Amino acid sequence: MIRGDDPPQTPPAHGGAARPPVTPLAVRAFGCWLTVYRRIWRSSIWSSVLGPLFYLGAIGFGLGSLVDRHGTASLGGVSYLAFVAPAILATSAMNTAMGEASYPVFGSVKWNKIYIAAQASPLRPGDIFRGHLMFMTMRIAMNTAVVTVFIWAFGVTRSAWAVLAWPAATLTGLAFAAPIAAWAVTVTTESSFAYMFRFGMMPLMLFSGTFFPLSQLPGWLRLLAYVTPLWHGVNLCRMLSLGHLDPPVALVNVAYLAALTAAGIWAGARTYRRRLYV
Amino acid sequence: MLVRARGLTKRFGDFTAVDGIDFDLYRGEAFGFLGPNGAGKSSTMRMIGCVSPPTSGELTILGIDPVRDGSAIRARLGVVPQDDTLDVELTVIENLLVYGRYFGLPRRVIRERAAALLEFVQLADRARDKVDPLSGGLKRRLTIARSLINEPEILILDEPTTGLDPQARHVVWDRLFRLKQRGVTLILTTHYMDEAEQLCDRLVVMDHGTFAAEGSPRDLITRYCSPEVLELRFDPELHDLAADKLKDFPAERAEVLADRILLYVTDGDAALAAVRASGLEPLTSLARRGTLEDVFLRLTGRRLC
Repeated sequence: MIRGDDPPQTPPAHGGAARPPVTPLAVRAFGCWLTVYRRIWRSSIWSSVLGPLFYLGAIGFGLGSLVDRHGTASLGGVSYLAFVAPAILATSAMNTAMGEASYPVFGSVKWNKIYIAAQASPLRPGDIFRGHLMFMTMRIAMNTAVVTVFIWAFGVTRSAWAVLAWPAATLTGLAFAAPIAAWAVTVTTESSFAYMFRFGMMPLMLFSGTFFPLSQLPGWLRLLAYVTPLWHGVNLCRMLSLGHLDPPVALVNVAYLAALTAAGIWAGARTYRRRLYV
Repeated sequence: MLVRARGLTKRFGDFTAVDGIDFDLYRGEAFGFLGPNGAGKSSTMRMIGCVSPPTSGELTILGIDPVRDGSAIRARLGVVPQDDTLDVELTVIENLLVYGRYFGLPRRVIRERAAALLEFVQLADRARDKVDPLSGGLKRRLTIARSLINEPEILILDEPTTGLDPQARHVVWDRLFRLKQRGVTLILTTHYMDEAEQLCDRLVVMDHGTFAAEGSPRDLITRYCSPEVLELRFDPELHDLAADKLKDFPAERAEVLADRILLYVTDGDAALAAVRASGLEPLTSLARRGTLEDVFLRLTGRRLC
Protein backbone atom coordinates (compact mmCIF):
# COMPACT_ATOMS: atom_id res chain seq x y z
CA MET A 1 0.00 0.00 0.00
CA ILE A 2 1.54 3.27 -1.07
CA ARG A 3 0.19 6.52 0.22
CA GLY A 4 1.66 9.91 0.88
CA ASP A 5 1.36 9.91 4.63
CA ASP A 6 -0.56 8.29 7.34
CA PRO A 7 -2.97 10.64 9.08
CA PRO A 8 -1.48 13.00 11.64
CA GLN A 9 -0.84 11.85 15.17
CA THR A 10 -4.01 11.58 17.18
CA PRO A 11 -3.63 13.34 20.49
CA PRO A 12 -3.02 10.90 23.35
CA ALA A 13 -6.17 9.91 25.17
CA HIS A 14 -4.77 10.89 28.56
CA GLY A 15 -4.20 14.43 29.76
CA GLY A 16 -7.04 16.74 28.88
CA ALA A 17 -5.02 19.68 30.22
CA ALA A 18 -3.39 22.19 27.90
CA ARG A 19 -0.27 20.71 26.35
CA PRO A 20 2.84 22.61 25.32
CA PRO A 21 2.99 23.44 21.61
CA VAL A 22 4.18 20.48 19.60
CA THR A 23 6.94 20.96 17.03
CA PRO A 24 5.74 19.84 13.59
CA LEU A 25 7.28 16.50 12.67
CA ALA A 26 9.11 17.76 9.57
CA VAL A 27 10.68 20.59 11.59
CA ARG A 28 12.05 17.98 14.00
CA ALA A 29 13.78 16.25 11.09
CA PHE A 30 15.13 19.62 9.95
CA GLY A 31 16.56 20.10 13.45
CA CYS A 32 18.61 16.94 13.05
CA TRP A 33 20.16 18.25 9.84
CA LEU A 34 21.03 21.51 11.54
CA THR A 35 22.88 19.64 14.27
CA VAL A 36 24.81 17.67 11.68
CA TYR A 37 25.53 20.83 9.70
CA ARG A 38 26.89 22.61 12.74
CA ARG A 39 29.75 20.11 12.59
CA ILE A 40 30.63 20.52 8.93
CA TRP A 41 29.65 24.08 7.97
CA ARG A 42 33.22 25.35 7.90
CA SER A 43 34.30 23.11 5.06
CA SER A 44 31.09 23.69 3.11
CA ILE A 45 31.47 27.48 3.35
CA TRP A 46 34.67 27.41 1.34
CA SER A 47 33.19 25.63 -1.61
CA SER A 48 30.13 27.87 -1.65
CA VAL A 49 32.25 31.04 -1.54
CA LEU A 50 35.14 30.08 -3.77
CA GLY A 51 33.20 28.21 -6.47
CA PRO A 52 31.10 31.15 -7.66
CA LEU A 53 34.01 33.53 -7.15
CA PHE A 54 36.13 31.49 -9.58
CA TYR A 55 33.31 31.37 -12.10
CA LEU A 56 32.61 35.08 -11.92
CA GLY A 57 36.31 35.87 -12.11
CA ALA A 58 37.30 33.52 -14.90
CA ILE A 59 34.23 33.71 -17.08
CA GLY A 60 32.90 37.14 -16.20
CA PHE A 61 36.16 39.04 -16.29
CA GLY A 62 38.42 36.76 -18.29
CA LEU A 63 36.12 35.62 -21.05
CA GLY A 64 34.06 38.79 -20.61
CA SER A 65 36.88 41.13 -21.62
CA LEU A 66 37.20 39.19 -24.86
CA VAL A 67 33.46 39.23 -25.58
CA ASP A 68 32.97 42.89 -24.72
CA ARG A 69 35.60 43.90 -27.30
CA HIS A 70 33.46 42.45 -30.07
CA GLY A 71 30.28 44.23 -29.14
CA THR A 72 27.50 43.06 -26.86
CA ALA A 73 24.41 43.81 -28.93
CA SER A 74 23.23 40.20 -28.75
CA LEU A 75 23.60 40.34 -24.96
CA GLY A 76 21.16 43.23 -24.84
CA GLY A 77 23.89 45.83 -24.70
CA VAL A 78 25.20 45.01 -21.24
CA SER A 79 28.68 43.82 -20.37
CA TYR A 80 29.33 40.10 -20.50
CA LEU A 81 29.87 40.04 -16.75
CA ALA A 82 26.47 41.65 -16.17
CA PHE A 83 24.96 39.14 -18.58
CA VAL A 84 26.57 36.05 -17.12
CA ALA A 85 26.49 36.90 -13.39
CA PRO A 86 22.75 36.20 -12.80
CA ALA A 87 23.13 32.97 -14.77
CA ILE A 88 25.95 31.91 -12.48
CA LEU A 89 23.64 32.71 -9.59
CA ALA A 90 20.93 30.39 -10.95
CA THR A 91 23.47 27.73 -11.88
CA SER A 92 25.02 27.73 -8.45
CA ALA A 93 21.53 27.19 -7.01
CA MET A 94 21.14 24.18 -9.28
CA ASN A 95 24.55 22.81 -8.37
CA THR A 96 23.91 23.16 -4.66
CA ALA A 97 20.54 21.48 -5.10
CA MET A 98 22.03 18.58 -7.05
CA GLY A 99 24.76 18.12 -4.47
CA GLU A 100 22.45 18.26 -1.47
CA ALA A 101 19.65 16.15 -2.95
CA SER A 102 21.76 13.31 -4.35
CA TYR A 103 24.47 11.70 -2.20
CA PRO A 104 23.17 12.96 1.16
CA VAL A 105 19.73 11.44 0.44
CA PHE A 106 21.22 8.17 -0.76
CA GLY A 107 23.61 8.11 2.20
CA SER A 108 20.78 8.68 4.67
CA VAL A 109 19.44 5.30 3.62
CA LYS A 110 22.69 3.46 2.98
CA TRP A 111 25.63 5.05 4.78
CA ASN A 112 24.95 7.07 7.92
CA LYS A 113 21.34 5.85 7.97
CA ILE A 114 19.90 9.10 9.26
CA TYR A 115 16.56 8.21 7.67
CA ILE A 116 16.54 4.71 9.10
CA ALA A 117 17.16 6.07 12.59
CA ALA A 118 14.50 8.75 12.18
CA GLN A 119 12.01 6.22 10.87
CA ALA A 120 11.79 4.48 14.25
CA SER A 121 10.59 7.74 15.82
CA PRO A 122 7.18 9.36 15.32
CA LEU A 123 8.45 10.90 12.06
CA ARG A 124 6.73 9.55 8.98
CA PRO A 125 8.53 9.15 5.63
CA GLY A 126 6.91 12.35 4.36
CA ASP A 127 8.15 14.24 7.42
CA ILE A 128 11.65 12.89 6.95
CA PHE A 129 11.54 14.03 3.32
CA ARG A 130 10.15 17.48 4.01
CA GLY A 131 12.53 18.05 6.91
CA HIS A 132 15.49 17.24 4.70
CA LEU A 133 14.07 19.43 1.95
CA MET A 134 13.89 22.33 4.41
CA PHE A 135 17.56 21.86 5.08
CA MET A 136 18.34 21.73 1.35
CA THR A 137 16.38 24.95 0.90
CA MET A 138 18.44 26.53 3.64
CA ARG A 139 21.69 25.45 1.99
CA ILE A 140 20.54 26.72 -1.40
CA ALA A 141 19.46 30.03 0.11
CA MET A 142 22.82 30.35 1.87
CA ASN A 143 24.83 29.76 -1.27
CA THR A 144 22.69 31.96 -3.49
CA ALA A 145 22.93 34.71 -0.87
CA VAL A 146 26.71 34.57 -1.16
CA VAL A 147 26.56 34.82 -4.97
CA THR A 148 23.98 37.61 -4.82
CA VAL A 149 26.32 39.59 -2.60
CA PHE A 150 29.21 39.01 -5.04
CA ILE A 151 27.16 40.20 -7.99
CA TRP A 152 26.13 43.27 -6.10
CA ALA A 153 29.73 43.88 -5.00
CA PHE A 154 30.95 43.62 -8.60
CA GLY A 155 28.54 46.39 -9.42
CA VAL A 156 26.83 44.65 -12.32
CA THR A 157 23.27 44.75 -11.07
CA ARG A 158 21.16 47.24 -12.96
CA SER A 159 18.11 47.67 -10.76
CA ALA A 160 16.65 47.38 -7.29
CA TRP A 161 14.77 44.33 -8.54
CA ALA A 162 18.08 42.52 -8.22
CA VAL A 163 17.25 41.86 -4.57
CA LEU A 164 14.57 39.48 -5.80
CA ALA A 165 17.13 37.50 -7.78
CA TRP A 166 18.06 35.83 -4.48
CA PRO A 167 14.64 34.24 -3.81
CA ALA A 168 14.29 33.56 -7.54
CA ALA A 169 17.54 31.60 -7.53
CA THR A 170 16.50 29.79 -4.37
CA LEU A 171 13.26 28.76 -6.06
CA THR A 172 15.32 27.55 -9.03
CA GLY A 173 17.35 25.37 -6.68
CA LEU A 174 14.25 24.00 -5.02
CA ALA A 175 12.79 23.07 -8.40
CA PHE A 176 15.80 20.78 -8.76
CA ALA A 177 16.16 19.64 -5.16
CA ALA A 178 12.61 18.37 -4.61
CA PRO A 179 12.34 16.09 -7.67
CA ILE A 180 15.97 14.93 -7.40
CA ALA A 181 15.56 13.98 -3.73
CA ALA A 182 12.34 12.16 -4.61
CA TRP A 183 14.30 10.16 -7.15
CA ALA A 184 17.54 9.80 -5.15
CA VAL A 185 15.82 7.92 -2.33
CA THR A 186 14.88 5.19 -4.81
CA VAL A 187 18.41 4.86 -6.20
CA THR A 188 20.19 1.62 -5.35
CA THR A 189 23.67 2.25 -6.76
CA GLU A 190 25.50 5.50 -6.33
CA SER A 191 26.81 5.51 -9.90
CA SER A 192 23.38 6.81 -10.96
CA PHE A 193 24.43 10.17 -9.56
CA ALA A 194 27.53 10.29 -11.72
CA TYR A 195 25.23 10.02 -14.73
CA MET A 196 23.07 12.82 -13.40
CA PHE A 197 26.03 15.13 -13.03
CA ARG A 198 27.53 14.21 -16.37
CA PHE A 199 24.43 14.06 -18.54
CA GLY A 200 22.13 16.32 -16.52
CA MET A 201 24.13 19.05 -14.94
CA MET A 202 26.69 19.61 -17.69
CA PRO A 203 24.31 20.05 -20.66
CA LEU A 204 21.95 22.15 -18.57
CA MET A 205 24.80 24.45 -17.60
CA LEU A 206 25.91 24.80 -21.19
CA PHE A 207 22.63 25.07 -23.07
CA SER A 208 20.26 27.00 -20.83
CA GLY A 209 21.18 30.51 -21.94
CA THR A 210 23.80 30.58 -19.26
CA PHE A 211 27.00 31.61 -20.99
CA PHE A 212 25.49 32.82 -24.27
CA PRO A 213 21.99 33.96 -25.26
CA LEU A 214 19.61 31.32 -26.56
CA SER A 215 19.36 33.34 -29.80
CA GLN A 216 22.74 31.83 -30.70
CA LEU A 217 21.27 28.31 -30.74
CA PRO A 218 19.51 26.68 -33.71
CA GLY A 219 15.72 26.79 -33.46
CA TRP A 220 15.06 23.22 -32.36
CA LEU A 221 17.69 23.36 -29.63
CA ARG A 222 16.23 26.65 -28.46
CA LEU A 223 12.86 24.97 -28.01
CA LEU A 224 14.55 22.27 -25.97
CA ALA A 225 16.23 24.88 -23.81
CA TYR A 226 12.88 26.50 -23.03
CA VAL A 227 11.78 23.25 -21.44
CA THR A 228 14.76 23.00 -19.09
CA PRO A 229 14.16 24.32 -15.60
CA LEU A 230 17.54 26.00 -15.53
CA TRP A 231 16.62 28.30 -18.44
CA HIS A 232 13.57 29.49 -16.48
CA GLY A 233 15.75 30.16 -13.48
CA VAL A 234 18.45 31.89 -15.50
CA ASN A 235 15.93 34.00 -17.38
CA LEU A 236 14.17 35.04 -14.18
CA CYS A 237 17.38 35.94 -12.37
CA ARG A 238 18.69 37.82 -15.39
CA MET A 239 15.54 39.89 -15.84
CA LEU A 240 15.63 40.82 -12.17
CA SER A 241 19.33 41.58 -12.10
CA LEU A 242 19.34 43.66 -15.29
CA GLY A 243 16.06 45.31 -14.47
CA HIS A 244 14.18 44.57 -17.70
CA LEU A 245 11.40 42.61 -16.16
CA ASP A 246 8.80 41.24 -18.53
CA PRO A 247 5.96 40.37 -16.12
CA PRO A 248 4.16 37.71 -18.20
CA VAL A 249 7.42 35.90 -18.94
CA ALA A 250 8.51 36.18 -15.31
CA LEU A 251 5.18 34.74 -14.27
CA VAL A 252 5.65 31.78 -16.59
CA ASN A 253 9.17 31.26 -15.21
CA VAL A 254 7.97 31.33 -11.60
CA ALA A 255 4.98 29.10 -12.36
CA TYR A 256 7.17 26.55 -14.13
CA LEU A 257 9.68 26.39 -11.27
CA ALA A 258 6.94 26.29 -8.65
CA ALA A 259 5.17 23.50 -10.52
CA LEU A 260 8.36 21.42 -10.62
CA THR A 261 8.89 22.01 -6.92
CA ALA A 262 5.32 21.02 -6.12
CA ALA A 263 5.59 17.89 -8.27
CA GLY A 264 8.81 16.96 -6.46
CA ILE A 265 7.24 17.45 -3.04
CA TRP A 266 4.25 15.37 -4.06
CA ALA A 267 6.40 12.58 -5.51
CA GLY A 268 8.89 12.62 -2.62
CA ALA A 269 6.26 11.82 0.00
CA ARG A 270 5.41 8.72 -2.06
CA THR A 271 8.89 7.55 -3.02
CA TYR A 272 10.15 8.00 0.53
CA ARG A 273 7.27 5.97 1.84
CA ARG A 274 7.82 3.21 -0.69
CA ARG A 275 11.53 3.09 0.10
CA LEU A 276 11.34 3.29 3.88
CA TYR A 277 8.15 1.30 4.59
CA VAL A 278 8.95 -2.09 3.09
CA MET B 1 -2.31 -6.56 26.36
CA LEU B 2 0.27 -4.51 24.48
CA VAL B 3 0.48 -6.28 21.16
CA ARG B 4 -2.10 -8.51 19.53
CA ALA B 5 -1.54 -10.26 16.21
CA ARG B 6 -3.92 -12.54 14.33
CA GLY B 7 -3.01 -14.15 11.05
CA LEU B 8 -0.23 -11.60 10.65
CA THR B 9 1.32 -12.01 7.21
CA LYS B 10 4.09 -10.27 5.31
CA ARG B 11 4.83 -11.05 1.69
CA PHE B 12 7.51 -9.64 -0.58
CA GLY B 13 6.35 -10.49 -4.09
CA ASP B 14 6.07 -14.28 -4.18
CA PHE B 15 8.08 -14.76 -1.03
CA THR B 16 6.16 -15.11 2.22
CA ALA B 17 8.37 -13.87 5.03
CA VAL B 18 5.76 -14.12 7.79
CA ASP B 19 2.99 -16.61 7.28
CA GLY B 20 -0.09 -15.92 9.36
CA ILE B 21 1.20 -15.84 12.93
CA ASP B 22 -0.90 -15.24 16.07
CA PHE B 23 0.48 -13.89 19.32
CA ASP B 24 -0.34 -11.72 22.31
CA LEU B 25 2.22 -9.78 24.30
CA TYR B 26 1.55 -8.58 27.81
CA ARG B 27 2.88 -5.64 29.79
CA GLY B 28 6.14 -6.24 31.61
CA GLU B 29 7.12 -9.50 29.97
CA ALA B 30 10.20 -10.25 27.91
CA PHE B 31 9.22 -12.01 24.72
CA GLY B 32 11.71 -13.58 22.37
CA PHE B 33 11.57 -14.51 18.71
CA LEU B 34 14.10 -17.26 17.99
CA GLY B 35 14.86 -18.72 14.65
CA PRO B 36 17.47 -19.21 11.98
CA ASN B 37 18.33 -16.42 9.55
CA GLY B 38 15.46 -15.81 7.17
CA ALA B 39 12.83 -17.27 9.51
CA GLY B 40 10.83 -14.02 9.48
CA LYS B 41 11.96 -12.56 12.81
CA SER B 42 13.11 -9.19 11.51
CA SER B 43 10.07 -8.81 9.28
CA THR B 44 7.87 -9.38 12.32
CA MET B 45 9.91 -6.84 14.29
CA ARG B 46 9.55 -4.26 11.56
CA MET B 47 5.79 -4.72 11.53
CA ILE B 48 5.65 -4.28 15.30
CA GLY B 49 7.94 -1.28 14.92
CA CYS B 50 5.38 0.24 12.53
CA VAL B 51 7.81 0.68 9.66
CA SER B 52 6.45 -2.15 7.56
CA PRO B 53 2.75 -2.44 6.79
CA PRO B 54 1.40 -6.00 7.16
CA THR B 55 0.29 -7.64 3.91
CA SER B 56 -2.71 -9.13 5.68
CA GLY B 57 -3.95 -10.09 9.10
CA GLU B 58 -4.64 -8.05 12.19
CA LEU B 59 -2.09 -6.18 14.26
CA THR B 60 -2.83 -3.92 17.20
CA ILE B 61 -0.09 -2.26 19.21
CA LEU B 62 -0.91 -0.36 22.41
CA GLY B 63 -4.50 -0.58 21.27
CA ILE B 64 -3.75 1.34 18.07
CA ASP B 65 -3.81 0.18 14.44
CA PRO B 66 -0.27 0.72 13.07
CA VAL B 67 -1.47 1.33 9.53
CA ARG B 68 -3.76 4.12 10.65
CA ASP B 69 -1.51 5.79 13.20
CA GLY B 70 1.99 4.32 13.23
CA SER B 71 3.38 7.65 14.33
CA ALA B 72 1.46 7.62 17.62
CA ILE B 73 2.63 4.08 18.33
CA ARG B 74 6.24 4.80 17.49
CA ALA B 75 6.16 7.71 19.92
CA ARG B 76 5.78 5.09 22.67
CA LEU B 77 8.24 2.48 21.33
CA GLY B 78 11.98 2.16 21.63
CA VAL B 79 13.84 0.41 18.85
CA VAL B 80 17.32 -1.10 18.89
CA PRO B 81 17.86 -2.12 15.28
CA GLN B 82 20.07 -4.97 14.14
CA ASP B 83 22.60 -2.60 12.57
CA ASP B 84 23.53 0.48 14.53
CA THR B 85 22.05 3.62 13.03
CA LEU B 86 24.04 6.06 15.13
CA ASP B 87 25.32 9.19 13.48
CA VAL B 88 29.05 8.55 13.71
CA GLU B 89 29.96 12.15 12.87
CA LEU B 90 28.25 13.40 16.00
CA THR B 91 29.26 12.95 19.61
CA VAL B 92 27.68 10.48 21.99
CA ILE B 93 25.56 13.14 23.67
CA GLU B 94 24.58 14.78 20.36
CA ASN B 95 23.17 11.48 19.16
CA LEU B 96 20.83 11.47 22.13
CA LEU B 97 19.92 15.13 21.73
CA VAL B 98 19.05 14.77 18.05
CA TYR B 99 17.02 11.66 18.69
CA GLY B 100 15.13 13.23 21.59
CA ARG B 101 14.09 16.07 19.29
CA TYR B 102 12.47 13.55 16.97
CA PHE B 103 10.08 12.79 19.79
CA GLY B 104 9.32 16.46 20.29
CA LEU B 105 10.77 16.48 23.79
CA PRO B 106 11.84 19.84 25.24
CA ARG B 107 15.62 20.32 25.26
CA ARG B 108 15.77 20.52 29.04
CA VAL B 109 14.03 17.17 29.38
CA ILE B 110 16.29 15.57 26.78
CA ARG B 111 19.41 16.81 28.58
CA GLU B 112 18.24 15.42 31.90
CA ARG B 113 17.29 12.07 30.41
CA ALA B 114 20.43 11.84 28.28
CA ALA B 115 22.63 12.32 31.33
CA ALA B 116 20.74 9.64 33.27
CA LEU B 117 20.75 7.24 30.32
CA LEU B 118 24.48 7.58 29.70
CA GLU B 119 24.96 6.84 33.37
CA PHE B 120 22.70 3.81 33.00
CA VAL B 121 24.65 2.35 30.06
CA GLN B 122 27.97 3.34 31.67
CA LEU B 123 28.95 5.81 28.97
CA ALA B 124 28.82 9.02 30.99
CA ASP B 125 32.57 9.58 30.72
CA ARG B 126 32.40 9.31 26.90
CA ALA B 127 29.56 11.84 26.45
CA ARG B 128 31.68 14.36 24.50
CA ASP B 129 33.50 11.75 22.39
CA LYS B 130 32.74 11.17 18.76
CA VAL B 131 30.84 7.96 18.07
CA ASP B 132 33.01 6.74 15.20
CA PRO B 133 35.97 5.35 17.19
CA LEU B 134 33.81 3.66 19.84
CA SER B 135 33.92 -0.14 20.02
CA GLY B 136 30.98 -2.27 18.91
CA GLY B 137 29.92 -2.89 22.50
CA LEU B 138 29.93 0.82 23.38
CA LYS B 139 27.98 1.68 20.24
CA ARG B 140 25.38 -0.93 21.13
CA ARG B 141 25.03 0.52 24.61
CA LEU B 142 24.63 3.98 23.10
CA THR B 143 21.97 2.65 20.74
CA ILE B 144 20.14 1.20 23.74
CA ALA B 145 20.43 4.51 25.60
CA ARG B 146 19.10 6.33 22.55
CA SER B 147 16.15 3.97 22.21
CA LEU B 148 15.14 4.84 25.78
CA ILE B 149 15.12 8.63 25.35
CA ASN B 150 11.32 8.72 25.00
CA GLU B 151 10.80 6.42 28.00
CA PRO B 152 9.20 3.75 25.83
CA GLU B 153 6.59 1.30 27.07
CA ILE B 154 7.89 -1.36 24.70
CA LEU B 155 11.52 -1.85 23.76
CA ILE B 156 12.12 -3.74 20.50
CA LEU B 157 15.57 -5.29 20.13
CA ASP B 158 16.63 -6.99 16.92
CA GLU B 159 19.59 -9.24 17.72
CA PRO B 160 20.88 -6.94 20.46
CA THR B 161 24.21 -8.67 21.06
CA THR B 162 25.13 -10.05 17.65
CA GLY B 163 28.78 -9.33 16.94
CA LEU B 164 29.71 -8.39 20.51
CA ASP B 165 32.42 -10.01 22.59
CA PRO B 166 31.35 -12.00 25.70
CA GLN B 167 32.10 -9.15 28.11
CA ALA B 168 30.06 -6.68 26.10
CA ARG B 169 27.19 -9.15 25.77
CA HIS B 170 27.02 -9.62 29.52
CA VAL B 171 26.91 -5.87 30.09
CA VAL B 172 24.05 -5.56 27.59
CA TRP B 173 22.15 -8.46 29.19
CA ASP B 174 22.58 -6.93 32.60
CA ARG B 175 21.18 -3.57 31.41
CA LEU B 176 18.26 -5.22 29.63
CA PHE B 177 17.46 -7.24 32.72
CA ARG B 178 17.36 -4.04 34.77
CA LEU B 179 15.00 -2.47 32.27
CA LYS B 180 12.73 -5.47 32.59
CA GLN B 181 12.81 -5.09 36.37
CA ARG B 182 11.64 -1.51 35.88
CA GLY B 183 8.60 -2.77 33.98
CA VAL B 184 9.68 -2.11 30.39
CA THR B 185 8.27 -4.72 28.04
CA LEU B 186 11.00 -6.28 25.94
CA ILE B 187 10.53 -7.85 22.54
CA LEU B 188 13.70 -9.32 21.12
CA THR B 189 14.98 -11.52 18.39
CA THR B 190 18.10 -13.56 18.79
CA HIS B 191 19.78 -16.67 17.58
CA TYR B 192 21.80 -16.97 20.76
CA MET B 193 20.06 -19.53 22.93
CA ASP B 194 21.84 -18.41 26.08
CA GLU B 195 20.54 -14.91 25.45
CA ALA B 196 16.99 -16.22 25.17
CA GLU B 197 17.37 -18.27 28.35
CA GLN B 198 18.82 -15.29 30.21
CA LEU B 199 16.24 -12.71 29.18
CA CYS B 200 12.99 -14.20 27.94
CA ASP B 201 9.95 -15.11 30.01
CA ARG B 202 8.30 -16.48 26.95
CA LEU B 203 9.52 -17.23 23.48
CA VAL B 204 8.56 -18.56 20.11
CA VAL B 205 10.75 -20.56 17.78
CA MET B 206 10.16 -19.26 14.28
CA ASP B 207 10.90 -21.16 11.10
CA HIS B 208 9.77 -20.45 7.53
CA GLY B 209 7.55 -17.62 8.69
CA THR B 210 5.53 -19.62 11.21
CA PHE B 211 5.86 -20.59 14.86
CA ALA B 212 7.39 -24.03 15.36
CA ALA B 213 6.92 -23.85 19.14
CA GLU B 214 5.91 -21.44 21.86
CA GLY B 215 6.45 -21.37 25.64
CA SER B 216 8.85 -20.46 28.43
CA PRO B 217 12.45 -21.62 28.00
CA ARG B 218 11.94 -24.29 30.70
CA ASP B 219 8.68 -25.45 29.06
CA LEU B 220 10.29 -25.83 25.68
CA ILE B 221 13.19 -27.84 27.05
CA THR B 222 10.79 -30.14 28.89
CA ARG B 223 8.61 -30.51 25.87
CA TYR B 224 11.15 -30.87 23.09
CA CYS B 225 14.27 -32.14 24.82
CA SER B 226 15.30 -34.61 27.51
CA PRO B 227 16.62 -33.46 30.90
CA GLU B 228 20.14 -34.50 29.91
CA VAL B 229 22.12 -35.05 26.76
CA LEU B 230 25.02 -37.45 26.44
CA GLU B 231 27.49 -36.54 23.69
CA LEU B 232 29.73 -39.39 22.53
CA ARG B 233 32.64 -39.27 20.15
CA PHE B 234 34.06 -42.51 18.78
CA ASP B 235 37.05 -43.49 16.76
CA PRO B 236 35.99 -42.54 13.17
CA GLU B 237 36.29 -46.21 12.12
CA LEU B 238 33.93 -47.29 14.83
CA HIS B 239 31.54 -44.37 14.37
CA ASP B 240 29.09 -46.17 12.06
CA LEU B 241 29.14 -49.36 14.05
CA ALA B 242 28.50 -47.49 17.30
CA ALA B 243 25.75 -45.49 15.63
CA ASP B 244 24.09 -48.71 14.58
CA LYS B 245 24.26 -50.23 18.03
CA LEU B 246 23.12 -47.11 19.85
CA LYS B 247 20.01 -46.76 17.71
CA ASP B 248 18.34 -49.43 19.79
CA PHE B 249 19.71 -48.03 23.03
CA PRO B 250 17.01 -47.17 25.60
CA ALA B 251 17.24 -43.40 25.11
CA GLU B 252 14.46 -40.94 24.46
CA ARG B 253 16.11 -40.25 21.13
CA ALA B 254 19.48 -40.85 19.51
CA GLU B 255 20.87 -38.41 16.98
CA VAL B 256 23.79 -39.35 14.77
CA LEU B 257 25.91 -36.44 13.57
CA ALA B 258 28.95 -36.58 11.32
CA ASP B 259 31.39 -36.59 14.23
CA ARG B 260 29.30 -37.31 17.33
CA ILE B 261 26.37 -39.28 18.59
CA LEU B 262 23.90 -37.54 20.86
CA LEU B 263 21.74 -39.51 23.27
CA TYR B 264 18.78 -37.70 24.77
CA VAL B 265 18.34 -39.28 28.20
CA THR B 266 17.15 -38.65 31.75
CA ASP B 267 20.45 -39.42 33.42
CA GLY B 268 23.63 -38.86 31.42
CA ASP B 269 26.04 -40.63 33.73
CA ALA B 270 23.85 -43.71 34.00
CA ALA B 271 23.52 -43.78 30.21
CA LEU B 272 27.29 -43.57 29.79
CA ALA B 273 27.76 -46.49 32.16
CA ALA B 274 25.22 -48.49 30.15
CA VAL B 275 26.99 -47.64 26.87
CA ARG B 276 30.29 -48.86 28.31
CA ALA B 277 28.62 -51.99 29.67
CA SER B 278 27.44 -52.80 26.15
CA GLY B 279 31.08 -52.95 25.06
CA LEU B 280 31.37 -49.53 23.33
CA GLU B 281 34.22 -47.33 24.46
CA PRO B 282 33.85 -43.67 23.35
CA LEU B 283 36.99 -41.55 22.83
CA THR B 284 35.35 -38.69 24.65
CA SER B 285 32.04 -38.28 26.37
CA LEU B 286 30.11 -35.36 27.79
CA ALA B 287 26.99 -35.59 29.90
CA ARG B 288 25.21 -32.23 30.07
CA ARG B 289 21.80 -30.71 30.67
CA GLY B 290 19.37 -30.30 27.83
CA THR B 291 19.40 -26.72 26.59
CA LEU B 292 17.35 -24.43 24.46
CA GLU B 293 19.92 -24.96 21.74
CA ASP B 294 18.94 -28.62 21.57
CA VAL B 295 15.31 -27.57 21.26
CA PHE B 296 16.18 -25.04 18.61
CA LEU B 297 18.17 -27.49 16.50
CA ARG B 298 15.52 -30.13 16.85
CA LEU B 299 12.75 -27.79 15.72
CA THR B 300 14.56 -25.96 12.95
CA GLY B 301 16.87 -28.74 11.87
CA ARG B 302 20.62 -28.77 11.46
CA ARG B 303 20.50 -27.60 7.87
CA LEU B 304 22.36 -24.49 6.81
CA CYS B 305 20.49 -21.86 4.93
